[in-house]
Amino acid sequence: MNQFFTVDVLTTTIASGIALATPFLLAALGETIGQRSGVINLGVDGIMLLGAFATYYVELQTGNLLLAILAGTATGTLMGVITAFVSVTLKAEQGISGIGVYLFGLGFSSLLFQKLVGTPLPIATLPPVGIPLLDSIPLIGGMFFNQSLLVYLAFLLVPVVAFVLNRTTYGLKIRAVGENPAAADSLGVSVARIRWSTVILGCTFAGLAGASLLMYGGIFQINLTQSEGFIAVALVYFGAWRPVGVMGGALLYGLVGVVILTWKSLGIIPLSASDLAATAPAVITVLALLFLARRFRQPAVLGRPYEREG
Amino acid sequence: MQRHLDGKFSLILPAVLVALVAVSCAGSSTPAPASSAPSPAVAASVAPSPSPSPAAAASSEPSPAAAAALKVALVAPSAVNDLSWTESMVEALNSLKTQYNLEIAISDNQYVVSTSANVIQNYASQGYNLIIAHGSQYGSTIQQLAPQYPNVSFAWGTAGSTYNLPNVFAYLANANEGGYVQGAMAALLSKSKVLGVIGPIAVGDDKLYVDGFCAGAKSVVASISCIPVYTGSYSDVSLYATAAKTFVSNKADVLSGTTQAAVGAIGIARSDNLPWFGTDWSQVSLAPSNVVASQVYNWSPVLEQIFTELQAGKLGGATYTLTLGNGGLNIQFNPGFNLPAAVKAKADELIKGITEGSVNVPQ
Repeated sequence: MNQFFTVDVLTTTIASGIALATPFLLAALGETIGQRSGVINLGVDGIMLLGAFATYYVELQTGNLLLAILAGTATGTLMGVITAFVSVTLKAEQGISGIGVYLFGLGFSSLLFQKLVGTPLPIATLPPVGIPLLDSIPLIGGMFFNQSLLVYLAFLLVPVVAFVLNRTTYGLKIRAVGENPAAADSLGVSVARIRWSTVILGCTFAGLAGASLLMYGGIFQINLTQSEGFIAVALVYFGAWRPVGVMGGALLYGLVGVVILTWKSLGIIPLSASDLAATAPAVITVLALLFLARRFRQPAVLGRPYEREG
Repeated sequence: MQRHLDGKFSLILPAVLVALVAVSCAGSSTPAPASSAPSPAVAASVAPSPSPSPAAAASSEPSPAAAAALKVALVAPSAVNDLSWTESMVEALNSLKTQYNLEIAISDNQYVVSTSANVIQNYASQGYNLIIAHGSQYGSTIQQLAPQYPNVSFAWGTAGSTYNLPNVFAYLANANEGGYVQGAMAALLSKSKVLGVIGPIAVGDDKLYVDGFCAGAKSVVASISCIPVYTGSYSDVSLYATAAKTFVSNKADVLSGTTQAAVGAIGIARSDNLPWFGTDWSQVSLAPSNVVASQVYNWSPVLEQIFTELQAGKLGGATYTLTLGNGGLNIQFNPGFNLPAAVKAKADELIKGITEGSVNVPQ
């Protein structure tokens, strides 16, 4: 265990945990916005896959990382339009339509990968960028302030989303639509317009989450996300529909995963317990969810399409 | 208005969902057949090219001797071009296509065991002569299905058990042999004397390779640190990348790993400019400057024995093993890596010793 508490190992473990948490955080933040307006999107994982593939393919073709990430993000936006049309305009049952979007994302990203790329090729990834002065703080600097730009962006979005949801008129409308759409409607708030915007925003975040996941490994594979999008949906419940809580859940999940791997590599976890330990991130997150999230109430009309009465 | 919307909804939503699922299914089994029902296109011939593309694998090219062809179906957990497990079997089948007049169908990406059981059963019911279930996860499926189709031959691996069924072949790869050679090379290349080796789950040839790698390393540097990490996943690229990062932080300066998810760890080897040892298939294209060597599976010797048995009317009951000695395993060195002569000489010595039996690789 002493080996674990060395500067190099601790620094890498925490830094990797933060980086690993980033796709979860981005996807869960986007899902939080949608769910606060009453729309649950189970298609996050499929949208992440499409975003990841778009990022990968554009980077392969152009070598331009910024353009690639923008393409992945824009793919999320496009999927947001489709999702909003099905969930809000057509008032589809959100769980079923979300699974449809997920299957589409899984299948279409696989198809495109096989047809357009075939044999996997590695791509360049975003390099870590040290924040001047902060990155030279012993221990902490290496852990927190020497990450890629996408990691910084994801964590900066936490207070931004919290501010928008809690301190702006738009955020008030989102919450009103998620709690009592009829009342919001009677006050002149367009429920459909608000939900369209939150779904598109949430899916845009999912596309960016796919891009950040791709940047972590530097290569695309079929089903790259390994269901991370569904974990992101669970983290919204874990975080009680609050951006800071969602961030806590994403960090917990990412850090536990990395700590387990590090302990395995140091021989702290014996080989015989290796497979059991692999389940630890999910088990710990579910336990935390049971203890924490039950204290909070979900948006009152979550998952229910809005029908104007009369 | 309500009625109007309901009417529109009832027409459009099912159409959208059907379209979504249809596109999804088309993608998930490319170039293989739909997951639950192999179509005639499934039985398409695989072009005997040295490096088949998915399109080539799916192309339908009627064989002049189709009537006498041996119909072989391959069910595999990852893509035909995964640079790893599945690609090695596809290459072997392609190489024997003409010699044995094979008509080949492939279902790749069958990582969901429950749906792969449907695929295997469909092949069996459609009169395929041999169904190769290329993964230890398919064992229980084979055990259940083989008695129902006594005239169909099944092969699966890596495993040593035919379940005492007369129509089941099993195959193994002594991956520990190549792992041993590569582990010894890794130990000689390492300056920190800390190695990192990553596997999915401690079973089958993945475990054999990992154990062989560490045993080989310790055979030349007894004090070397070689602690394997099993991520718990065969396909999670991010976990492999993270495991590689943790090894690097623990001073590991040579890395290795198994399965198709190893591409995540290879990315770390590339970015940190560390030597990498691959297995299953050549991984040079992923990191041309970092891959030292790869243990390449050549399933041809196993398949040749199975095809010969089938031609003689025997449908199973035997187990075959890939070894360095029978040519089923090969160590392919990367000419792009500047390997010190002494390390190459040690590798050659070990390969010769294992082949001749003078070097005993622990299981």
